Amino acid sequence: MTTRLQAQARPESLLLNMGPSHPAMHGTIRIMLELDGERILNSEVEVGYLHRGFEKTCEHRTWFNLLIYTDRLNYVSPLINNLGYVMTVEKLLGLEVPERAQWIRVLMSELSRISDHLTCLAAMAMECGAFTAFLYKMKAREFLWDAIEQTTGARMTTSYIRIGGVRADLHPDFEAVVRRAVDETRKVVKDVRGLLDKNPIFLGRTRDIAVMTPDNALSYGWTGPCLRSTGVAYDVRRAQPYLTYDRLDFEIPVGERGDNFDRYLVRMSEMEQSLRIIEQCLKPLARTVPAPSGIAPAEAIREARRRRPDDPVRLSPNLEGSEKAVYPGIMAGDKRYVLPPKEDAYTTIEGLIAHFKHFMAGHGLRPPKGEAYFAVEGGNGELGYYIVSDGSDRPYRLHLRAPCFHIVSALEELIRGRYVADVIPTFGSMNMIGGELDR
Amino acid sequence: MAGNFLTTRFEAMLAWGRKFSLFHYPYVTACCGMEYMSAACAHFDIDRFGAGWTRFSPRQSDLLLVVGTIAQKLAPVLKTVYDQMTEPKWVIAFGACTVSGGIYDNYAVVQGIDRVIPVDIYIPGCPPRPETVLDGLLKLQEKIKTQGQDWRWKKKTS
Repeated sequence: MTTRLQAQARPESLLLNMGPSHPAMHGTIRIMLELDGERILNSEVEVGYLHRGFEKTCEHRTWFNLLIYTDRLNYVSPLINNLGYVMTVEKLLGLEVPERAQWIRVLMSELSRISDHLTCLAAMAMECGAFTAFLYKMKAREFLWDAIEQTTGARMTTSYIRIGGVRADLHPDFEAVVRRAVDETRKVVKDVRGLLDKNPIFLGRTRDIAVMTPDNALSYGWTGPCLRSTGVAYDVRRAQPYLTYDRLDFEIPVGERGDNFDRYLVRMSEMEQSLRIIEQCLKPLARTVPAPSGIAPAEAIREARRRRPDDPVRLSPNLEGSEKAVYPGIMAGDKRYVLPPKEDAYTTIEGLIAHFKHFMAGHGLRPPKGEAYFAVEGGNGELGYYIVSDGSDRPYRLHLRAPCFHIVSALEELIRGRYVADVIPTFGSMNMIGGELDR
Repeated sequence: MAGNFLTTRFEAMLAWGRKFSLFHYPYVTACCGMEYMSAACAHFDIDRFGAGWTRFSPRQSDLLLVVGTIAQKLAPVLKTVYDQMTEPKWVIAFGACTVSGGIYDNYAVVQGIDRVIPVDIYIPGCPPRPETVLDGLLKLQEKIKTQGQDWRWKKKTS
Protein backbone atom coordinates (compact mmCIF):
# COMPACT_ATOMS: atom_id res chain seq x y z
CA MET A 1 0.00 0.00 0.00
CA THR A 2 1.35 3.39 -0.95
CA THR A 3 1.30 5.87 1.85
CA ARG A 4 0.72 9.58 1.46
CA LEU A 5 4.40 10.30 1.76
CA GLN A 6 5.41 7.67 -0.76
CA ALA A 7 3.08 9.25 -3.27
CA GLN A 8 4.27 12.79 -2.63
CA ALA A 9 8.00 12.30 -2.13
CA ARG A 10 10.47 13.67 -4.64
CA PRO A 11 12.07 10.89 -6.66
CA GLU A 12 15.62 11.82 -5.61
CA SER A 13 15.01 11.80 -1.86
CA LEU A 14 15.47 8.80 0.40
CA LEU A 15 12.48 7.29 2.19
CA LEU A 16 13.26 5.81 5.58
CA ASN A 17 10.87 3.81 7.71
CA MET A 18 11.17 4.27 11.47
CA GLY A 19 9.17 1.89 13.61
CA PRO A 20 6.91 0.35 14.67
CA SER A 21 9.60 -2.06 15.78
CA HIS A 22 12.09 0.54 16.91
CA PRO A 23 13.29 0.99 20.50
CA ALA A 24 12.43 4.68 20.59
CA MET A 25 9.05 4.30 18.90
CA HIS A 26 7.74 2.27 21.86
CA GLY A 27 6.56 -0.42 19.47
CA THR A 28 3.38 1.33 18.52
CA ILE A 29 4.06 4.15 16.12
CA ARG A 30 5.58 4.38 12.70
CA ILE A 31 7.21 7.39 11.12
CA MET A 32 8.01 7.51 7.44
CA LEU A 33 10.77 10.01 6.78
CA GLU A 34 11.63 11.68 3.50
CA LEU A 35 15.31 12.46 3.77
CA ASP A 36 17.84 14.61 2.03
CA GLY A 37 21.00 13.19 3.56
CA GLU A 38 20.41 13.49 7.29
CA ARG A 39 17.82 16.23 7.01
CA ILE A 40 14.12 15.49 7.22
CA LEU A 41 12.18 17.10 4.39
CA ASN A 42 8.82 15.60 5.23
CA SER A 43 7.44 12.91 7.44
CA GLU A 44 4.33 10.92 7.97
CA VAL A 45 3.31 9.65 11.37
CA GLU A 46 1.13 6.57 11.41
CA VAL A 47 -0.68 5.69 14.62
CA GLY A 48 -3.08 2.91 15.49
CA TYR A 49 -0.72 0.00 16.15
CA LEU A 50 -2.15 -0.37 19.63
CA HIS A 51 -5.79 0.14 18.76
CA ARG A 52 -7.57 -2.12 21.21
CA GLY A 53 -11.13 -0.99 20.58
CA PHE A 54 -11.48 0.67 23.96
CA GLU A 55 -14.42 2.91 23.13
CA LYS A 56 -16.41 0.22 21.35
CA THR A 57 -15.72 -2.35 24.07
CA CYS A 58 -16.99 0.05 26.71
CA GLU A 59 -20.38 0.16 25.02
CA HIS A 60 -20.74 -3.52 25.84
CA ARG A 61 -19.67 -3.36 29.47
CA THR A 62 -21.69 -2.16 32.40
CA TRP A 63 -20.80 1.14 34.06
CA PHE A 64 -19.13 -0.72 36.88
CA ASN A 65 -17.26 -3.29 34.81
CA LEU A 66 -15.67 -0.99 32.26
CA LEU A 67 -13.49 0.56 34.94
CA ILE A 68 -10.79 -2.03 34.29
CA TYR A 69 -10.41 -0.84 30.70
CA THR A 70 -9.68 2.69 31.88
CA ASP A 71 -6.69 1.35 33.84
CA ARG A 72 -5.03 0.39 30.62
CA LEU A 73 -5.32 3.70 28.75
CA ASN A 74 -2.44 5.67 30.09
CA TYR A 75 -0.89 2.70 31.79
CA VAL A 76 1.77 4.69 33.58
CA SER A 77 -0.81 6.61 35.60
CA PRO A 78 -3.85 4.31 35.78
CA LEU A 79 -5.28 6.00 38.87
CA ILE A 80 -5.80 9.28 37.03
CA ASN A 81 -7.64 7.45 34.25
CA ASN A 82 -9.88 5.79 36.82
CA LEU A 83 -10.48 9.18 38.35
CA GLY A 84 -11.46 10.82 35.06
CA TYR A 85 -13.99 8.13 34.20
CA VAL A 86 -15.42 7.90 37.69
CA MET A 87 -15.83 11.65 38.05
CA THR A 88 -17.62 11.85 34.71
CA VAL A 89 -20.10 9.19 35.82
CA GLU A 90 -20.49 10.96 39.15
CA LYS A 91 -21.28 14.14 37.26
CA LEU A 92 -23.98 12.26 35.34
CA LEU A 93 -25.39 10.87 38.57
CA GLY A 94 -24.92 14.01 40.65
CA LEU A 95 -23.13 12.00 43.30
CA GLU A 96 -21.31 13.64 46.22
CA VAL A 97 -18.12 11.97 47.41
CA PRO A 98 -17.00 12.01 51.06
CA GLU A 99 -14.17 14.36 51.88
CA ARG A 100 -11.72 11.66 52.99
CA ALA A 101 -12.21 9.86 49.68
CA GLN A 102 -11.49 13.11 47.85
CA TRP A 103 -8.20 13.55 49.68
CA ILE A 104 -7.25 9.94 48.95
CA ARG A 105 -8.02 10.54 45.29
CA VAL A 106 -5.78 13.60 45.22
CA LEU A 107 -2.97 11.69 46.92
CA MET A 108 -3.25 8.78 44.50
CA SER A 109 -3.43 11.09 41.46
CA GLU A 110 -0.24 12.83 42.44
CA LEU A 111 1.61 9.58 43.11
CA SER A 112 0.57 8.48 39.62
CA ARG A 113 1.52 11.77 38.06
CA ILE A 114 5.04 11.51 39.42
CA SER A 115 5.42 7.97 38.16
CA ASP A 116 4.16 9.12 34.76
CA HIS A 117 6.67 11.95 34.53
CA LEU A 118 9.47 9.71 35.82
CA THR A 119 8.77 7.09 33.17
CA CYS A 120 8.56 9.65 30.37
CA LEU A 121 11.80 11.35 31.32
CA ALA A 122 13.52 8.03 32.00
CA ALA A 123 12.71 6.81 28.49
CA MET A 124 13.70 10.15 26.97
CA ALA A 125 17.02 10.21 28.84
CA MET A 126 17.79 6.60 27.98
CA GLU A 127 17.11 7.17 24.32
CA CYS A 128 19.55 10.07 24.42
CA GLY A 129 22.14 7.77 25.97
CA ALA A 130 21.80 8.69 29.65
CA PHE A 131 21.32 5.21 31.03
CA THR A 132 22.18 6.17 34.61
CA ALA A 133 19.32 8.65 34.74
CA PHE A 134 17.03 5.90 33.50
CA LEU A 135 18.05 3.53 36.28
CA TYR A 136 17.71 6.23 38.94
CA LYS A 137 14.21 7.16 37.84
CA MET A 138 13.09 3.56 37.70
CA LYS A 139 14.34 3.19 41.26
CA ALA A 140 12.17 6.11 42.41
CA ARG A 141 9.19 4.67 40.57
CA GLU A 142 9.48 1.43 42.51
CA PHE A 143 9.14 3.31 45.79
CA LEU A 144 6.06 5.13 44.51
CA TRP A 145 4.53 1.89 43.30
CA ASP A 146 5.21 0.31 46.69
CA ALA A 147 3.09 3.04 48.24
CA ILE A 148 0.35 2.50 45.64
CA GLU A 149 0.48 -1.26 45.95
CA GLN A 150 0.25 -1.21 49.71
CA THR A 151 -3.15 0.48 49.61
CA THR A 152 -4.64 -0.59 46.29
CA GLY A 153 -3.27 -4.12 46.09
CA ALA A 154 -1.78 -3.74 42.61
CA ARG A 155 1.28 -2.08 41.20
CA MET A 156 -0.22 -0.67 38.02
CA THR A 157 -3.71 -1.75 37.02
CA THR A 158 -5.39 -0.88 40.27
CA SER A 159 -9.10 -0.14 39.55
CA TYR A 160 -8.93 1.51 42.93
CA ILE A 161 -11.03 4.63 42.41
CA ARG A 162 -14.65 3.52 42.22
CA ILE A 163 -17.90 5.27 41.42
CA GLY A 164 -18.85 7.00 44.67
CA GLY A 165 -15.47 6.90 46.35
CA VAL A 166 -12.49 4.61 46.56
CA ARG A 167 -12.31 0.87 46.99
CA ALA A 168 -10.63 0.84 50.37
CA ASP A 169 -9.21 3.12 52.98
CA LEU A 170 -5.50 3.76 53.13
CA HIS A 171 -3.28 1.10 54.63
CA PRO A 172 -2.56 1.68 58.34
CA ASP A 173 1.14 2.22 57.63
CA PHE A 174 0.67 4.31 54.51
CA GLU A 175 2.19 7.47 55.96
CA ALA A 176 5.61 5.93 56.56
CA VAL A 177 5.67 4.36 53.10
CA VAL A 178 4.49 7.52 51.34
CA ARG A 179 7.05 9.63 53.21
CA ARG A 180 9.79 7.20 52.22
CA ALA A 181 8.64 7.35 48.58
CA VAL A 182 8.60 11.16 48.72
CA ASP A 183 12.10 11.29 50.18
CA GLU A 184 13.49 8.82 47.67
CA THR A 185 11.85 10.59 44.74
CA ARG A 186 13.17 13.94 45.91
CA LYS A 187 16.68 12.50 46.09
CA VAL A 188 16.35 11.05 42.60
CA VAL A 189 15.02 14.30 41.14
CA LYS A 190 18.01 16.11 42.64
CA ASP A 191 20.45 13.51 41.31
CA VAL A 192 18.93 13.53 37.84
CA ARG A 193 19.03 17.31 37.73
CA GLY A 194 22.71 17.09 38.55
CA LEU A 195 23.23 14.56 35.78
CA LEU A 196 21.25 16.17 33.00
CA ASP A 197 20.59 19.88 33.56
CA LYS A 198 24.02 21.07 32.45
CA ASN A 199 25.08 17.99 30.53
CA PRO A 200 26.40 19.20 27.15
CA ILE A 201 25.38 15.99 25.35
CA PHE A 202 21.84 16.19 26.64
CA LEU A 203 21.63 19.94 26.06
CA GLY A 204 22.93 19.54 22.53
CA ARG A 205 20.13 17.15 21.70
CA THR A 206 17.33 19.04 23.42
CA ARG A 207 18.08 22.78 23.67
CA ASP A 208 16.32 24.80 20.93
CA ILE A 209 15.22 21.67 19.11
CA ALA A 210 11.60 21.21 18.06
CA VAL A 211 10.48 24.62 19.26
CA MET A 212 6.73 25.10 19.64
CA THR A 213 5.10 28.50 19.83
CA PRO A 214 2.23 29.04 22.30
CA ASP A 215 -0.28 29.91 19.55
CA ASN A 216 0.61 26.87 17.52
CA ALA A 217 0.46 24.64 20.57
CA LEU A 218 -3.01 25.90 21.43
CA SER A 219 -4.24 25.45 17.88
CA TYR A 220 -3.06 21.84 17.91
CA GLY A 221 -4.96 21.31 21.16
CA TRP A 222 -1.91 20.71 23.29
CA THR A 223 -2.45 20.54 27.04
CA GLY A 224 -0.44 19.48 30.04
CA PRO A 225 3.30 19.75 30.51
CA CYS A 226 3.90 20.14 26.78
CA LEU A 227 1.64 23.19 26.56
CA ARG A 228 3.05 24.66 29.76
CA SER A 229 6.56 24.33 28.34
CA THR A 230 5.59 26.92 25.72
CA GLY A 231 4.65 29.40 28.45
CA VAL A 232 0.87 28.96 28.68
CA ALA A 233 -0.04 28.32 32.31
CA TYR A 234 -3.05 26.11 31.68
CA ASP A 235 -3.61 23.36 34.20
CA VAL A 236 -7.00 21.71 34.70
CA ARG A 237 -6.26 21.47 38.42
CA ARG A 238 -6.14 25.27 38.54
CA ALA A 239 -8.45 26.26 35.68
CA GLN A 240 -11.40 24.05 36.70
CA PRO A 241 -10.48 22.80 40.18
CA TYR A 242 -11.88 19.41 41.07
CA LEU A 243 -11.66 17.36 44.28
CA THR A 244 -9.72 19.36 46.85
CA TYR A 245 -7.19 20.98 44.53
CA ASP A 246 -8.54 24.47 45.30
CA ARG A 247 -7.45 24.03 48.92
CA LEU A 248 -3.92 22.98 48.08
CA ASP A 249 -0.91 25.19 47.69
CA PHE A 250 1.07 24.41 44.56
CA GLU A 251 2.60 26.23 41.63
CA ILE A 252 2.27 25.67 37.91
CA PRO A 253 5.74 25.61 36.38
CA VAL A 254 5.94 27.04 32.87
CA GLY A 255 8.71 27.01 30.30
CA GLU A 256 9.96 29.82 28.13
CA ARG A 257 10.99 28.47 24.76
CA GLY A 258 8.85 25.41 24.19
CA ASP A 259 11.73 23.21 23.08
CA ASN A 260 12.61 19.69 24.14
CA PHE A 261 14.63 20.88 27.09
CA ASP A 262 11.76 22.99 28.41
CA ARG A 263 9.46 19.99 28.21
CA TYR A 264 11.99 18.10 30.31
CA LEU A 265 12.33 20.97 32.80
CA VAL A 266 8.60 21.47 33.20
CA ARG A 267 8.13 17.81 33.99
CA MET A 268 10.97 17.91 36.52
CA SER A 269 9.51 20.95 38.28
CA GLU A 270 6.04 19.45 38.21
CA MET A 271 7.29 16.43 40.08
CA GLU A 272 8.55 18.71 42.83
CA GLN A 273 5.13 20.38 43.00
CA SER A 274 3.41 17.00 43.12
CA LEU A 275 5.64 15.97 46.01
CA ARG A 276 4.55 19.14 47.81
CA ILE A 277 0.89 18.26 47.20
CA ILE A 278 1.41 14.75 48.56
CA GLU A 279 2.93 16.15 51.74
CA GLN A 280 -0.02 18.49 52.15
CA CYS A 281 -2.43 15.60 51.67
CA LEU A 282 -0.92 13.61 54.51
CA LYS A 283 -2.23 15.99 57.16
CA PRO A 284 -5.99 15.75 56.42
CA LEU A 285 -5.58 12.04 55.74
CA ALA A 286 -4.11 11.27 59.16
CA ARG A 287 -6.29 8.55 60.55
CA THR A 288 -8.88 9.56 63.12
CA VAL A 289 -10.50 6.17 63.72
CA PRO A 290 -8.25 3.20 64.53
CA ALA A 291 -8.05 0.48 61.89
CA PRO A 292 -10.72 -2.11 62.66
CA SER A 293 -9.76 -5.67 63.34
CA GLY A 294 -12.20 -8.50 62.85
CA ILE A 295 -12.59 -11.94 61.37
CA ALA A 296 -12.27 -13.45 57.91
CA PRO A 297 -15.34 -13.61 55.58
CA ALA A 298 -15.88 -17.38 55.77
CA GLU A 299 -15.70 -17.26 59.54
CA ALA A 300 -18.09 -14.30 59.57
CA ILE A 301 -20.73 -16.17 57.62
CA ARG A 302 -20.64 -18.95 60.21
CA GLU A 303 -20.75 -16.36 62.98
CA ALA A 304 -23.68 -14.53 61.44
CA ARG A 305 -25.80 -17.69 61.54
CA ARG A 306 -25.38 -17.87 65.29
CA ARG A 307 -25.81 -14.19 66.12
CA ARG A 308 -28.82 -11.95 66.48
CA PRO A 309 -29.35 -9.46 63.59
CA ASP A 310 -28.75 -6.48 65.85
CA ASP A 311 -25.32 -7.81 66.82
CA PRO A 312 -23.32 -7.13 63.67
CA VAL A 313 -20.24 -9.05 62.58
CA ARG A 314 -17.04 -7.16 61.75
CA LEU A 315 -15.04 -8.48 58.84
CA SER A 316 -11.32 -8.08 58.47
CA PRO A 317 -8.46 -8.25 57.58
CA ASN A 318 -9.33 -9.68 54.17
CA LEU A 319 -11.37 -6.58 53.29
CA GLU A 320 -8.24 -4.46 53.61
CA GLY A 321 -9.72 -1.13 54.51
CA SER A 322 -13.26 -1.45 53.17
CA GLU A 323 -14.80 -2.51 56.48
CA LYS A 324 -18.18 -1.23 57.48
CA ALA A 325 -16.74 1.16 60.05
CA VAL A 326 -14.61 3.04 57.51
CA TYR A 327 -17.09 2.71 54.64
CA PRO A 328 -18.96 6.01 55.17
CA GLY A 329 -15.63 7.86 55.01
CA ILE A 330 -14.57 6.45 51.65
CA MET A 331 -17.84 5.79 49.82
CA ALA A 332 -20.91 7.91 49.07
CA GLY A 333 -24.03 6.85 50.96
CA ASP A 334 -26.43 6.55 48.01
CA LYS A 335 -27.54 2.92 47.92
CA ARG A 336 -28.66 3.09 44.30
CA TYR A 337 -25.14 3.67 43.04
CA VAL A 338 -22.82 2.24 45.62
CA LEU A 339 -22.23 -1.34 46.71
CA PRO A 340 -23.20 -2.22 50.29
CA PRO A 341 -20.36 -3.00 52.69
CA LYS A 342 -19.20 -6.60 52.50
CA GLU A 343 -20.34 -7.29 56.09
CA ASP A 344 -23.91 -6.56 55.02
CA ALA A 345 -23.62 -8.52 51.78
CA TYR A 346 -22.34 -11.57 53.63
CA THR A 347 -24.50 -11.51 56.71
CA THR A 348 -27.82 -9.71 56.04
CA ILE A 349 -30.50 -10.39 53.47
CA GLU A 350 -30.92 -6.68 52.63
CA GLY A 351 -27.22 -6.33 51.91
CA LEU A 352 -27.22 -9.49 49.81
CA ILE A 353 -30.17 -8.29 47.71
CA ALA A 354 -28.60 -4.84 47.28
CA HIS A 355 -25.36 -6.46 46.17
CA PHE A 356 -27.14 -8.85 43.85
CA LYS A 357 -29.23 -6.13 42.24
CA HIS A 358 -26.10 -4.10 41.64
CA PHE A 359 -24.68 -6.80 39.40
CA MET A 360 -27.86 -8.22 37.87
CA ALA A 361 -28.15 -7.56 34.14
CA GLY A 362 -30.20 -4.45 33.52
CA HIS A 363 -30.52 -3.63 37.22
CA GLY A 364 -27.17 -2.17 38.24
CA LEU A 365 -26.05 1.38 38.09
CA ARG A 366 -28.21 3.27 35.60
CA PRO A 367 -27.46 6.98 35.18
CA PRO A 368 -30.26 9.18 33.85
CA LYS A 369 -30.44 9.95 30.13
CA GLY A 370 -28.02 12.63 29.12
CA GLU A 371 -24.42 13.39 28.39
CA ALA A 372 -21.47 14.64 30.37
CA TYR A 373 -17.93 15.75 29.79
CA PHE A 374 -15.43 15.97 32.56
CA ALA A 375 -11.71 16.51 32.40
CA VAL A 376 -8.95 15.89 34.90
CA GLU A 377 -5.29 16.76 34.62
CA GLY A 378 -3.63 13.57 33.51
CA GLY A 379 0.05 12.90 33.18
CA ASN A 380 0.02 14.25 29.63
CA GLY A 381 -2.59 16.95 29.95
CA GLU A 382 -6.33 17.34 29.86
CA LEU A 383 -7.73 13.83 30.10
CA GLY A 384 -11.41 14.17 29.32
CA TYR A 385 -14.22 11.66 29.14
CA TYR A 386 -17.33 12.36 27.14
CA ILE A 387 -20.10 9.96 28.02
CA VAL A 388 -23.60 9.63 26.58
CA SER A 389 -26.08 7.68 28.62
CA ASP A 390 -29.40 6.37 27.30
CA GLY A 391 -30.57 5.37 30.75
CA SER A 392 -29.50 1.74 30.45
CA ASP A 393 -26.92 -0.15 32.46
CA ARG A 394 -24.11 0.48 29.99
CA PRO A 395 -22.93 3.63 28.21
CA TYR A 396 -24.41 4.47 24.84
CA ARG A 397 -21.15 6.11 23.80
CA LEU A 398 -17.92 6.79 25.58
CA HIS A 399 -15.23 8.97 24.11
CA LEU A 400 -11.84 9.68 25.55
CA ARG A 401 -10.10 12.95 24.87
CA ALA A 402 -6.58 11.59 24.92
CA PRO A 403 -4.08 14.39 25.51
CA CYS A 404 -1.19 12.74 23.71
CA PHE A 405 -3.19 12.29 20.52
CA HIS A 406 -3.17 16.05 20.09
CA ILE A 407 0.47 16.31 21.07
CA VAL A 408 1.67 13.61 18.68
CA SER A 409 -0.29 15.19 15.83
CA ALA A 410 2.21 18.06 15.91
CA LEU A 411 5.19 15.72 15.56
CA GLU A 412 5.36 15.99 11.78
CA GLU A 413 5.66 19.74 11.98
CA LEU A 414 8.19 19.71 14.81
CA ILE A 415 10.68 17.41 13.11
CA ARG A 416 10.44 18.99 9.66
CA GLY A 417 13.81 20.40 8.66
CA ARG A 418 15.61 18.75 11.60
CA TYR A 419 18.06 15.85 11.56
CA VAL A 420 17.11 12.21 11.98
CA ALA A 421 18.72 12.13 15.42
CA ASP A 422 16.37 14.90 16.59
CA VAL A 423 13.36 12.67 16.13
CA ILE A 424 14.31 10.63 19.21
CA PRO A 425 14.42 13.34 21.92
CA THR A 426 11.48 15.17 20.34
CA PHE A 427 9.34 12.08 20.36
CA GLY A 428 10.60 11.13 23.82
CA SER A 429 9.71 14.49 25.33
CA MET A 430 6.13 14.21 24.06
CA ASN A 431 5.43 11.17 26.23
CA MET A 432 3.51 9.15 23.69
CA ILE A 433 1.55 6.43 25.49
CA GLY A 434 0.13 3.89 23.08
CA GLY A 435 -2.87 2.85 25.12
CA GLU A 436 -4.06 6.42 25.36
CA LEU A 437 -3.12 7.50 21.85
CA ASP A 438 -4.68 4.62 19.93
CA ARG A 439 -7.30 3.71 22.52
CA MET B 1 30.13 -45.66 21.86
CA ALA B 2 32.70 -43.10 22.90
CA GLY B 3 31.54 -40.68 20.23
CA ASN B 4 27.98 -40.91 21.45
CA PHE B 5 29.06 -40.11 25.02
CA LEU B 6 31.01 -37.08 23.90
CA THR B 7 28.13 -35.68 21.86
CA THR B 8 25.75 -35.83 24.82
CA ARG B 9 28.13 -33.98 27.08
CA PHE B 10 28.70 -31.42 24.39
CA GLU B 11 24.95 -30.82 24.15
CA ALA B 12 24.74 -30.31 27.89
CA MET B 13 27.55 -27.79 27.75
CA LEU B 14 25.89 -26.02 24.84
CA ALA B 15 22.60 -25.89 26.74
CA TRP B 16 24.32 -24.50 29.81
CA GLY B 17 25.94 -21.80 27.75
CA ARG B 18 22.78 -20.92 25.91
CA LYS B 19 20.52 -20.69 28.91
CA PHE B 20 22.75 -18.18 30.68
CA SER B 21 23.44 -15.97 27.69
CA LEU B 22 20.02 -15.02 26.45
CA PHE B 23 20.16 -11.83 24.44
CA HIS B 24 16.59 -10.63 24.50
CA TYR B 25 14.63 -8.41 22.20
CA PRO B 26 11.83 -6.69 24.12
CA TYR B 27 8.96 -6.20 21.73
CA VAL B 28 7.31 -3.67 23.99
CA THR B 29 3.92 -2.34 22.94
CA ALA B 30 1.71 -1.68 25.93
CA CYS B 31 1.14 -1.76 29.69
CA CYS B 32 3.30 -4.83 30.31
CA GLY B 33 6.25 -2.77 29.12
CA MET B 34 6.18 -0.90 32.42
CA GLU B 35 6.60 -4.15 34.32
CA TYR B 36 9.25 -5.24 31.86
CA MET B 37 11.13 -2.03 32.68
CA SER B 38 10.79 -2.78 36.38
CA ALA B 39 12.03 -6.32 35.90
CA ALA B 40 14.99 -5.14 33.85
CA CYS B 41 16.04 -2.35 36.22
CA ALA B 42 17.86 -2.31 39.52
CA HIS B 43 15.11 -3.51 41.85
CA PHE B 44 14.43 -6.85 40.25
CA ASP B 45 17.49 -7.05 38.02
CA ILE B 46 16.97 -9.57 35.27
CA ASP B 47 20.74 -9.51 34.80
CA ARG B 48 21.16 -11.92 37.72
CA PHE B 49 19.76 -14.67 35.50
CA GLY B 50 21.94 -14.04 32.51
CA ALA B 51 19.37 -12.24 30.43
CA GLY B 52 20.39 -8.66 31.06
CA TRP B 53 21.65 -7.89 27.61
CA THR B 54 18.93 -6.10 25.68
CA ARG B 55 19.45 -6.08 21.94
CA PHE B 56 17.17 -3.90 19.91
CA SER B 57 17.85 -5.81 16.76
CA PRO B 58 16.13 -9.13 16.11
CA ARG B 59 19.16 -10.34 14.20
CA GLN B 60 21.33 -10.21 17.31
CA SER B 61 18.94 -11.71 19.82
CA ASP B 62 17.80 -15.19 20.69
CA LEU B 63 14.89 -14.47 23.01
CA LEU B 64 11.85 -12.57 21.78
CA LEU B 65 9.89 -11.08 24.66
CA VAL B 66 6.49 -10.10 23.32
CA VAL B 67 5.46 -7.56 25.91
CA GLY B 68 1.96 -6.19 25.61
CA THR B 69 -1.08 -6.29 23.41
CA ILE B 70 -0.61 -7.28 19.78
CA ALA B 71 -3.29 -5.63 17.69
CA GLN B 72 -4.30 -6.98 14.29
CA LYS B 73 -2.42 -4.13 12.68
CA LEU B 74 0.76 -5.06 14.51
CA ALA B 75 0.65 -8.82 13.94
CA PRO B 76 2.45 -8.79 10.56
CA VAL B 77 5.23 -6.70 12.09
CA LEU B 78 5.64 -9.22 14.89
CA LYS B 79 5.85 -12.04 12.37
CA THR B 80 8.53 -10.16 10.44
CA VAL B 81 10.54 -9.57 13.59
CA TYR B 82 10.32 -13.25 14.51
CA ASP B 83 11.39 -14.33 11.03
CA GLN B 84 14.41 -12.03 11.19
CA MET B 85 15.75 -13.75 14.28
CA THR B 86 18.35 -16.45 13.75
CA GLU B 87 18.16 -19.95 15.19
CA PRO B 88 18.20 -20.98 17.95
CA LYS B 89 15.41 -18.69 19.13
CA TRP B 90 12.82 -18.69 21.86
CA VAL B 91 9.66 -16.68 22.44
CA ILE B 92 8.07 -15.59 25.70
CA ALA B 93 4.47 -14.40 25.67
CA PHE B 94 4.47 -11.74 28.37
CA GLY B 95 1.10 -10.92 29.89
CA ALA B 96 -2.50 -11.89 29.40
CA CYS B 97 -2.95 -10.06 26.07
CA THR B 98 -0.20 -12.02 24.37
CA VAL B 99 -1.30 -15.28 25.96
CA SER B 100 -4.96 -15.11 25.00
CA GLY B 101 -6.00 -11.57 24.11
CA GLY B 102 -6.75 -10.97 27.79
CA ILE B 103 -9.59 -8.62 28.53
CA TYR B 104 -9.61 -7.39 24.95
CA ASP B 105 -11.91 -9.94 23.40
CA ASN B 106 -12.80 -7.81 20.39
CA TYR B 107 -12.20 -7.07 16.73
CA ALA B 108 -8.92 -5.25 17.16
CA VAL B 109 -6.73 -7.59 19.17
CA VAL B 110 -5.02 -10.86 18.22
CA GLN B 111 -6.40 -13.52 20.56
CA GLY B 112 -3.01 -14.84 21.63
CA ILE B 113 0.25 -14.44 19.73
CA ASP B 114 0.50 -18.20 19.22
CA ARG B 115 -1.80 -17.59 16.27
CA VAL B 116 1.08 -15.73 14.65
CA ILE B 117 4.33 -17.17 15.99
CA PRO B 118 5.26 -20.23 18.10
CA VAL B 119 5.59 -19.56 21.82
CA ASP B 120 7.81 -21.32 24.36
CA ILE B 121 6.73 -19.84 27.68
CA TYR B 122 3.49 -18.10 28.62
CA ILE B 123 3.60 -15.63 31.50
CA PRO B 124 0.10 -14.81 32.77
CA GLY B 125 -0.93 -11.64 34.54
CA CYS B 126 -2.34 -8.30 33.57
CA PRO B 127 0.39 -7.16 33.83
CA PRO B 128 2.56 -9.89 35.40
CA ARG B 129 4.55 -8.81 38.43
CA PRO B 130 8.32 -8.72 37.93
CA GLU B 131 8.65 -11.80 40.16
CA THR B 132 6.41 -13.69 37.75
CA VAL B 133 8.55 -12.54 34.86
CA LEU B 134 11.68 -13.84 36.52
CA ASP B 135 9.91 -17.13 37.23
CA GLY B 136 9.00 -17.39 33.56
CA LEU B 137 12.59 -16.75 32.60
CA LEU B 138 13.80 -19.51 34.94
CA LYS B 139 11.27 -21.88 33.39
CA LEU B 140 12.57 -21.04 29.95
CA GLN B 141 16.11 -21.74 31.11
CA GLU B 142 14.94 -25.10 32.43
CA LYS B 143 13.39 -25.80 29.04
CA ILE B 144 16.56 -24.85 27.18
CA LYS B 145 18.57 -27.12 29.47
CA THR B 146 16.41 -30.15 28.75
CA GLN B 147 15.56 -29.70 25.09
CA GLY B 148 17.64 -31.09 22.24
CA GLN B 149 20.20 -28.56 21.08
CA ASP B 150 20.20 -27.48 17.50
CA TRP B 151 23.67 -26.73 16.18
CA ARG B 152 24.56 -25.99 12.68
CA TRP B 153 27.31 -28.49 12.00
CA LYS B 154 25.33 -31.38 13.48
CA LYS B 155 24.22 -33.91 10.86
CA LYS B 156 20.50 -33.58 10.28
CA THR B 157 18.75 -36.92 10.70
CA SER B 158 15.51 -36.98 8.86
